[in-house]
Amino acid sequence: MKFLDVIALCEGTLLTPDVDHVPEIKGGFAGDLMSDVLASIQAEAVIITGLCNPQVVRTALIADARLIIFARGKNPGDEILDLAKEENLPVASSRLGLYEIAGRLAQAGLPSCEMEMNLFPKV
Amino acid sequence: MTDQPSVSDNRAGVITRVEELGYELKIGQVMTTKVVTFSPGTTILEALDVIKQHRISGAPVTVDGELVGIISTEDLIRALRDGRIDRSVSTYMTKDLITVKAIDKVVEALKVFQKTKVGRLPVVNENNKLVGLITKGDITNGLLTALQRDYQAEEIIRYRASHLFEDIESDRTSLILRYRIIKDDFVNGGAASNNIKRALLRLGANRQIARKCGIAVYEAEMNLIIHTNNGGFLRVEIEPHKITIEAYDDGPGIDDIEKALTPGYSTATEEIRDKGFGAGMGLVNIRSCVDEMTMKSSKESGTNLYMTMYLDKTES
Repeated sequence: MKFLDVIALCEGTLLTPDVDHVPEIKGGFAGDLMSDVLASIQAEAVIITGLCNPQVVRTALIADARLIIFARGKNPGDEILDLAKEENLPVASSRLGLYEIAGRLAQAGLPSCEMEMNLFPKV
Repeated sequence: MTDQPSVSDNRAGVITRVEELGYELKIGQVMTTKVVTFSPGTTILEALDVIKQHRISGAPVTVDGELVGIISTEDLIRALRDGRIDRSVSTYMTKDLITVKAIDKVVEALKVFQKTKVGRLPVVNENNKLVGLITKGDITNGLLTALQRDYQAEEIIRYRASHLFEDIESDRTSLILRYRIIKDDFVNGGAASNNIKRALLRLGANRQIARKCGIAVYEAEMNLIIHTNNGGFLRVEIEPHKITIEAYDDGPGIDDIEKALTPGYSTATEEIRDKGFGAGMGLVNIRSCVDEMTMKSSKESGTNLYMTMYLDKTES
């Protein structure tokens, strides 16, 4: 799904309008605890979160996520936005809650990017 | 393809890299320096011949290098209409000149082009001596060249880094990255991990390896920020077939390592949880990302966490 379609579905506002060449979003992941995100998120996902600090961006970068949506009207500060812009990572804010956003995206056909624990292939 | 944001009204305030370059590049860097010029005494007939020969649409008129006018196709048409091809260019040239300076930024020339609709601008130095000509085409070329340079610079970094291990001969080559992690520094938390991940990608590691290593280091980094007395250190050793990561601190040590490795077990305070940490998944995450993990901990010497990833089998 196109990142702008994802943002439109959750009635969000893009806060980093100068990002470009954002690849397709493969699926979604919702959570407030970043370790939970890292534990089981697949690459190329949108992260929907109620947490609003720079760690969300760092987590997204580490996890190869492609979009962050701050739920329930949380507005990230410049520190967060600057970091995201530097990395060409789109960030949006939506007045809707986590459940509502996840529900809308799932209904629109965006699959879950949550995998079962410990699925990293052992080598 | 660039998507046009449909839900944003912030577009107007956005500066693209190209616009930014307009403020970085100087006119002198993109202008044409080989310029055909006339002296004021050149006849219209001579000027027509030269213009035809060089396939240009006009030229500056100079005296000892100093700009005194510019003769354009329109000026020449006026002379032809008057039937005065024997007259000098100084009779028909435009003397009311708009010039730009070589040390000015490209954006200044763009502003003039936008305002005046002239096709070319004479470029002068501080003594009003002609040093070049600038057209919109020159600016386009200059911007494209600069963008290409930006792109190549990153490519070169990538290339150099990815050939590091091949270029250096030794019995055992390794690259060691060290990071000091400050206690409670949540603002910079994750910066070291992202730097390490980027370094791995530049060194040619595949994305899956870089991502797993990034997650492991991130969790170790956050542990140092949250759970230590005085922060600690991250040490990452990269070898062609192996990455070894160490995180160490000087306390307070972990009481029960078995318990610490249980998914969901956390000693984090409410305050830490409010920041989005303390899910009790840190060490569990690390263990699932790396091939080997060992941990030593004591109240006296703090905690040492060793992680190893082997690259052989998954390296592309």
